[in-house]
Amino acid sequence: MLEPATAPAVKIFGVGSAGVAMLDTLNGRDFAGAGFVAVNTDASSLASSSAAVKIQLETKLLRGLGTGGDPERGRAIAEEQFATLKTACAGADVVFMIAGLGGGAGSGISPVLAHAAKEAGALVLAFVTLPFTCEGNRRQQQAEQGLDQLKSVADGVICLPCQKTFKLIDENTSVLDTFRITDGLLVESVRGVWHLLTRKGLIRIHFDDLCALLRDRHSESVFACVEATGPARAREVVEKLIAHPLLDEGRALAESSAVLVSLMGGKELAMAEVNRVMEQIGRQCEHAQIIMGAAVDETLKNRLSVTVIAAKPGPVPMELPPLGASDDSGEQVTGRGVIARSGSRCGSPSMTPEQREQSVARNSGTHARKTGPKMRQAQLSLAIISKGRFDKSEPTIHKGEDLDIPTYVRRGVALN
Amino acid sequence: MFDDSSIIVGLEIGTSKVCAVVGERNADGSLNVIGLGQARSRGVRKGEIVDTTQAEEDVRNAIVEAEQMADVEIRNVYLGVSGAHIRGFNNRGVHPVVSADREISEDDVQDVVKNAKAINLPTENNVVHAIRQHFFVDGQAGVTNPVGMLGSRLEVDVHVVHGNTNRLQNAIRLVKGLQLEVDEIVFNGLASSLALLSNEQKELGALVIDIGGGTTDYVVYTNGVIRHTGVLAIGGDHVSNDLAYGLKVPLSRAEKLKLEHGSAVVDKETKGQTITITNELGLPLKTVNVEHLRRIMSLRLEEIFQLVAQDLEQAGLFDYLRAGVFLCGGCARVPQIAALAEKMMQMPVSLGQTNSISGLKSALDQPEFVSAIGLVKFGSFKTRKREGRPSLAQGIKGALGRFLQRP
Repeated sequence: MLEPATAPAVKIFGVGSAGVAMLDTLNGRDFAGAGFVAVNTDASSLASSSAAVKIQLETKLLRGLGTGGDPERGRAIAEEQFATLKTACAGADVVFMIAGLGGGAGSGISPVLAHAAKEAGALVLAFVTLPFTCEGNRRQQQAEQGLDQLKSVADGVICLPCQKTFKLIDENTSVLDTFRITDGLLVESVRGVWHLLTRKGLIRIHFDDLCALLRDRHSESVFACVEATGPARAREVVEKLIAHPLLDEGRALAESSAVLVSLMGGKELAMAEVNRVMEQIGRQCEHAQIIMGAAVDETLKNRLSVTVIAAKPGPVPMELPPLGASDDSGEQVTGRGVIARSGSRCGSPSMTPEQREQSVARNSGTHARKTGPKMRQAQLSLAIISKGRFDKSEPTIHKGEDLDIPTYVRRGVALN
Repeated sequence: MFDDSSIIVGLEIGTSKVCAVVGERNADGSLNVIGLGQARSRGVRKGEIVDTTQAEEDVRNAIVEAEQMADVEIRNVYLGVSGAHIRGFNNRGVHPVVSADREISEDDVQDVVKNAKAINLPTENNVVHAIRQHFFVDGQAGVTNPVGMLGSRLEVDVHVVHGNTNRLQNAIRLVKGLQLEVDEIVFNGLASSLALLSNEQKELGALVIDIGGGTTDYVVYTNGVIRHTGVLAIGGDHVSNDLAYGLKVPLSRAEKLKLEHGSAVVDKETKGQTITITNELGLPLKTVNVEHLRRIMSLRLEEIFQLVAQDLEQAGLFDYLRAGVFLCGGCARVPQIAALAEKMMQMPVSLGQTNSISGLKSALDQPEFVSAIGLVKFGSFKTRKREGRPSLAQGIKGALGRFLQRP
């Protein structure tokens, strides 16, 4: 694991206005060797971008006005220019996509771009934000739709609901600053993953492990990045992490099913420190599958920086594995170009056989549905508990618990 | 006929039944229950009236039955109240003794109690009881009667029970609508504790839990005074509802199953046992697993005790209950409930027995009548007190009032 692997060729795509803006914030930082590509329908947004390659998706249909917030248009136009996108992705081993979902370009183009990148033979990892609740229902729905489509195509999706950042801002924070914070968080996570992939790691994370981890449960992720210095930095960093507002005082960790931890320190980063941090984090999230990486960055000197991406379990996927698809995981996926690299390994050692089966099934599912969005059936919450004769009376609430609901139901005692 | 003043009636408008108990005070001050009337309650949920018309009818029926049985005309009642809106807390009042000789007078005592009662309650709330606990004279604790003592600073602890005025008024108005006078409203839990506990038990420290149909009322005594009161809006109704939900039977059937096969503890023998429910023709409709039935009941009752125990623990009273726990109310009839409570509370638990009251044996032995009997007892204390301190003005006013009230 310690052998210095040749760094994969990475291209970072910013999709839509939000994506392009975030790409700019990234561009200035230490992403040496990565190719930056800005993709948008809106000419003015691209003009201000500092990306090396700019792709404007333009047809007469749009009259230079962008998608007008309609993902269908974004999608149509991207499909029209599929070949252009594919060429842009060529030569990359890994494609990072950054987009703000909810608008026309972000939600419409990114799934198509992910598809194109896959066809070009790259692994796709998408970093997306979901809109603020106050941005309205429609955007929320479009974002959800886009996310679903993206999930069915991309190898991994890390998704940050903007609403979460409300915990980081106060009454007086300007709109501009708020967006800067959201962008910053996403950028931070891109950087975390980037470092995992490129830095000479003490303990390296393989990209396919990461993808396998994210693939099944990327309903919602939270990020936290903290730093500490001094002799007690290992302890301090964990304390800061648990106190981080985005992690809900550590509750998010407890709820998450997959946690990625990336530690970075100067040259003297000690194994004992890594161990101490991981032990603490592990205690916080007992049920989660943890992937960790440790890297040395000399510029950090005596600082210890920890980035945590915690993914909450999403709703149970509706699709069932097609019969026969799970017979043999290895061979099932080898015929699929680059995916085979991840596919043959997507069962990371810590995965249970069922998980492996599921993730393989999903791979082949994606394969079968190369075109078109994933059909998804809404899930009804059927566990409505009738309160019987207390239906109409004032509920008896004690410490947030509705005592009118039968005790055995609330305590989850099974009667069989 | 009887002398009017010796008849005391307690009326409890409960969630499962309305019950009126008629007591007669003998010349020597002892109480005798001479009548009992009850009716199934249909207009009450969780201890509070939700259907006035039906509740009125039920109260009328119960009163009529009690009148017939006791052969008296009922004019005044002590009305029991309950409901989740009722709360209790302790408060302290302070009063400087200003007289030249520093002797504490009756007026000082009244002033200090008045001060203690002056509490910041929400505007919509009203005090039901303000019960004196102990006096402090210049910081000296444990004074029960400070009149005649010397001191400069008199303090008193009171336990205040208060509730939502409108909700309390609902019950009072309903009773008044039936041409009955409400002497006083009394918190049901307090009434039950009066009926059950002897003075020694109050002195030792005791907890009375009255698990009724819609509410669970509890009262804690330590050192002879009330320390803590509470109401949980959970009761036998919840048990039935849980059973109806869990066993998928109608509520009426669940109620019946609870009475016939219920238990607070799940025994090993019940494993695999089933009951076949039949319709009126004797045809089997459904089989019910006894273990499930008892498990559901047991969990609900367990939770009630847990909640009470939590509350007491928070109040820091758990270690002062040396006389143990006394259960009453309809749910006290559930087999083995004392065993369950003992397990949950880790202290001796017994089913309460009404004491120092004589009369109808059938009425006195039932746990569900405890609070109504307690209301009578409360009334007898009040009248005794009133007689102990007769003032001319009050006497005339009382007589006049009684005269005017006559229909």
